Amino acid sequence: MRIMVLVNGKEYVRDVEPRLLLVHFLRDELALTGTHWGCDTSNCGVCVVHLDGVPVKSCTVLAVMADGREVRTVEGLAHGPDLDPVQEGFIACHGLQCGFCTPGMMMTARWLLDEQPDPSEEDIREALSGQLCRCTGYENIVRSIRWAAERESL
Amino acid sequence: MQVPAAFQYRKATTVEHALTLLAEYGPDSMIVAGGHSLLPMMKLRLAHPEALVDINDLDELAGVRVDGDWLAVGAMTRHAELLASAEAGRLFPILHDAERVIADPIVRNRGTVGGSLCQADPSEDLSAVFAALRAVLVIRGPSGTRSVAARDFFVGPYQTVVAPGELLAEIRVPLRSSVSAYVKVDRRAGDWAVGAAGAVLVVEGDVITEAGIGLTALGAPGFVAAEAEAFLAGGSPSEERLVEAGRIASRLCRPAADQRGPVEYKRHLAGELVTRALRRAMERI
Amino acid sequence: MIGFGRLPRKEDVRFVRGRGTFVDDVRLPGMLHSAVLRSPYAHARIVSIDTSAAEAHPKVRAVLTGADLVARGLEWMPTLSHDRQAVLATDKVRFQGQEVAFVVAEDRYSARDALALIDVEYEPLAPVVDARTALDDGAPVIRDDLEGKRDNHIFDWEAGDAAETDRVFAAADVVVAQDMLYPRVHPAPLETCGIVADHDPVTGKLTVWATSQAPHAHRTLLALVTGIAEHRIRVISPDVGGGFGNKVPIYPAYVCAVVGAMVTGAPVKWVEDRSENLMATAFARDYHMHGEIASTSDGRILGLRVRVLADHGAFNCTAQPSKYPAGFFHVVTGSYDLRAAHCAVTGVYTNKAPGGVAYACSFRIAEASYLVERLVDLLALELALDPAELRFRNLLRPEQFPYVCATGWEYDSGDYPKALQLALDTVGYEKLRAEQERGRARGEYLGIGISFFTEAVGAGPRKHMDIVGFGMADGADLRVHPTGKASLRISVQTQGQGHETTFAQIVAHELGIDPDDVDVVHGDTDLTPFGLGTYGSRSTPVSGAATSVAAQRVRAKARLIASALLEVDPDDLEWTPGRWAVRGDPVSGASLREIALAAHGAVDLPDGLDGHLDGSCVYNPPNLTFPYGAYVCVVEVDPGTGQVAVRRFVAVDDCGVRINPTIVEGQIHGGLADGIGVALMELMPFDTSGNCLGGSFMDYLVPTAVDCPSWELASLVTPSPHHPLGAKGVGECATVGSPAAVVNAVMDALRPFGVRHADMPLTPAAVWCAVQGRPLRPDLAIE
Repeated sequence: MRIMVLVNGKEYVRDVEPRLLLVHFLRDELALTGTHWGCDTSNCGVCVVHLDGVPVKSCTVLAVMADGREVRTVEGLAHGPDLDPVQEGFIACHGLQCGFCTPGMMMTARWLLDEQPDPSEEDIREALSGQLCRCTGYENIVRSIRWAAERESL
Repeated sequence: MQVPAAFQYRKATTVEHALTLLAEYGPDSMIVAGGHSLLPMMKLRLAHPEALVDINDLDELAGVRVDGDWLAVGAMTRHAELLASAEAGRLFPILHDAERVIADPIVRNRGTVGGSLCQADPSEDLSAVFAALRAVLVIRGPSGTRSVAARDFFVGPYQTVVAPGELLAEIRVPLRSSVSAYVKVDRRAGDWAVGAAGAVLVVEGDVITEAGIGLTALGAPGFVAAEAEAFLAGGSPSEERLVEAGRIASRLCRPAADQRGPVEYKRHLAGELVTRALRRAMERI
Repeated sequence: MIGFGRLPRKEDVRFVRGRGTFVDDVRLPGMLHSAVLRSPYAHARIVSIDTSAAEAHPKVRAVLTGADLVARGLEWMPTLSHDRQAVLATDKVRFQGQEVAFVVAEDRYSARDALALIDVEYEPLAPVVDARTALDDGAPVIRDDLEGKRDNHIFDWEAGDAAETDRVFAAADVVVAQDMLYPRVHPAPLETCGIVADHDPVTGKLTVWATSQAPHAHRTLLALVTGIAEHRIRVISPDVGGGFGNKVPIYPAYVCAVVGAMVTGAPVKWVEDRSENLMATAFARDYHMHGEIASTSDGRILGLRVRVLADHGAFNCTAQPSKYPAGFFHVVTGSYDLRAAHCAVTGVYTNKAPGGVAYACSFRIAEASYLVERLVDLLALELALDPAELRFRNLLRPEQFPYVCATGWEYDSGDYPKALQLALDTVGYEKLRAEQERGRARGEYLGIGISFFTEAVGAGPRKHMDIVGFGMADGADLRVHPTGKASLRISVQTQGQGHETTFAQIVAHELGIDPDDVDVVHGDTDLTPFGLGTYGSRSTPVSGAATSVAAQRVRAKARLIASALLEVDPDDLEWTPGRWAVRGDPVSGASLREIALAAHGAVDLPDGLDGHLDGSCVYNPPNLTFPYGAYVCVVEVDPGTGQVAVRRFVAVDDCGVRINPTIVEGQIHGGLADGIGVALMELMPFDTSGNCLGGSFMDYLVPTAVDCPSWELASLVTPSPHHPLGAKGVGECATVGSPAAVVNAVMDALRPFGVRHADMPLTPAAVWCAVQGRPLRPDLAIE
């Protein structure tokens, strides 16, 4: 099937099998390997990307479902050379260790702050509750997102 | 990672079109909405549809609204949308109680109300919720539209009355002045329920005139504790009676042992959670 | 910033931009993909395998079975514990998920599809699922491939003085005993294991990109297994998405991918899915323990006696120093001064996934620490003493260090009572006890749990510690380039620990240069010196020391070059950060940059001194380092449903000198979450047929952000007396120390119900059943 997907502001037209998962479309077809996968059952959330502005688990979305839609991945988070405040927050607060869950965490964080610019620690934890991290114990991820919220309120 | 076997795929543009496509591809075709139940099953190769009919573009099936004497929830409504609907939460707090504990926020952005019901997983929260609410499910098929009580919708685990060629279009909840609540025990945030109970009460003066009790993952036929409902209706909502309703629900459910717990525990949980849900509902009067 | 401190990590920029390179991100021209067919049975004889339909698949390039490997002598491979493991099963399958066939195809979807086309006929055999029956007469013999093997016994091992321990127990006022299971859990790094194997048929060079915590060990093992000469193998471990011990072993599919690359002449990628990772790769724990603790009536602990049945699965693949088949389990005396101790461990085969040590346990110290900390709490219950008070009466005192414990370990340094007091003060212990009392009257059940742990990390020395014969010492090479910028090459491999930052800080500290001017090269055997890799919290204790010594050697060499440059005697030079200065004349001197330039220039160097500015070290640690900590966990338990909520968690850690305190704290945070997971939800159970019931993230639960409280940390710093930087290692401390605090807290909450003990994980069902007096046995299916 021929699909056209707008990814990080750029149009991509590809012929794909209907069964191709969006995460594989991004990684294998477009070489956007910042989006990872970590499970088969939509539990871990390392594959989170924005689909029409809303975070979804791209391992459980077919690439054909994204036809004609807009996808934003971690590669589209920065504004050229300038990091997004969420990215800056993750660096400033040691919000990542191995870096594998980080893209998904940041995509959810970006969405949360767009929806709710001043989230409480509890709001942040709830927003991240469908995403797993084995390294950080979540503490510094929460702090990173608060850091970004505060930076954006300036 | 695990990947689905090959299938054909068509995107429906209207409900009529979806029904035409289902007819065209026959009984081995399936509707896909959010895909959060179906796609994992396909990756694990436990489901093998030959064709998927995608209804994500059917805006006519999406949304929550009051329609006359009903609260109408389109089958394509995402969980997040139902949770965001202030009207749904005000009319039936049980809907928000349940939506808050279904999977996780990211899954709720994609998964749909109709998809959850059609999956008919014994651990699916909304089945018990809509059964407790005595909702009516609107099914569309080649020969027109039919309505089925939520309580008659589920035939068994993973089985509903939706026939090949049909699709669930809408869930309609009769409006009435009620109190309601849903309580769930899980092993971890986002896990399927160990057990959960929903309660819907219509109370006039000191009398319960209507009681709806739904049970999730606890082996209740049709997801409801009918005998406990019958016991409550017509009596007062006293603490003793709420506890007794729990006892009845506990005695009559048939939970199965699994890694979430042995039968003895789940049976206990049925009673405990029914009483807690009833109490929480009464606190909302 | 120069040297130690809270430096932001150098590696972060690439990760936040999605520019990390993990194994599955590696793409080579013409690369093929692969998938493994696995056994649905726990124990079955293979009658036949028909691969013809799979081979006929238009996109399949090769199908390998055990029979194909026999021709290459590769159907079995050695494990890290002097056993062997099937690469692809030839005779029998011995656990559900065991590798049976390997498909190489043009894309990953086709490789998966072809698995369904392979027809294997099995003859099911009775499995051994319950480790407690593995040694029964008439139990099915799992390892009939081993010459003369007629039972499922692997080893008996003991430590301590049995006779003296018995004497101490006979004379004790009080003895408390408890059976406890530390159930099988899994490290479950979010990146699963994988490899890309590329064999150049012209040069004979094999290059592999692998998820490896120990690239050099993997190269050597690949050479020994495959027969390819070691210098023709290059192992690259790129960014690794978490390891926790899971990425220490070599897995059968790695060998298959190498063979696949040789057979097809194209690079072959294999990356396992989540179910494969959970069902077939290195699990952790699975210790069935019986512990006894003896004390005087006033709470002076005298002795400890422990028997363990260790379930190692179908092949003994545990990664332990050769001398110690139960790892360092014999640090079981923990943090207490006691007279005698004895422990005996028996290892058995079962029809479960092979492995053993993994998941941040410091070679079985997780099990040991949990056991002793539960026993101390049970003793406190028996003596009606506050568990904090009982610990104060028995903790090692600062003046006792170095302290040789009853099983022979020499603890290096610490101030244990101070750490416990700090933890109690931080949590507000007295107030919490009062709150607990008030709550109980209202039917609210608060629980306060304490654990105190001593870790032993940084293995070797090589004389006592080797893995399959390779001594646990690690190399570091440091080279200062002509412009004064430095490259450090190390043998250890980060999986998130931040080596690129921490090790740059060590060099910066020693040489007085900016950490940004130090590039840390790691994870590539062609570029780095030999060493055994990162696990057992050994990177800073071993490679950190190697780096420090190498840098000191650079500094010493720089002094000689500076003396030539400045034409002064080396003894007249003194070091100030970044510079050798003439004593008494601080204006005269040479910066490291000037010295580096001179070292590569035309300055006449003293006899015997080669040019260039470099130094190296192979560090053979004189002893382990012994970080320790005091933890307090506060939980709320709902006895009506069995639900546990962790309200607070205070962790006081003393891991010696902290090179980058932010990174150290991050390591502790992660370990604390592991502890919540293990104590409350993580579990790999099996049904009576040997089916694995934890084979996906729907079934194997790991904690989320809402299951964890905001961690409250405090620290002490007691330098290790024998580490050149005074550092001790910290990676696994919190994973080792925290589960007991959680379980002790839940048991504390349940005290009014007469509950003494329940095994982890304390799921709602497990807690409720314990309250009913009918505790669950978590390792078996619930029926």
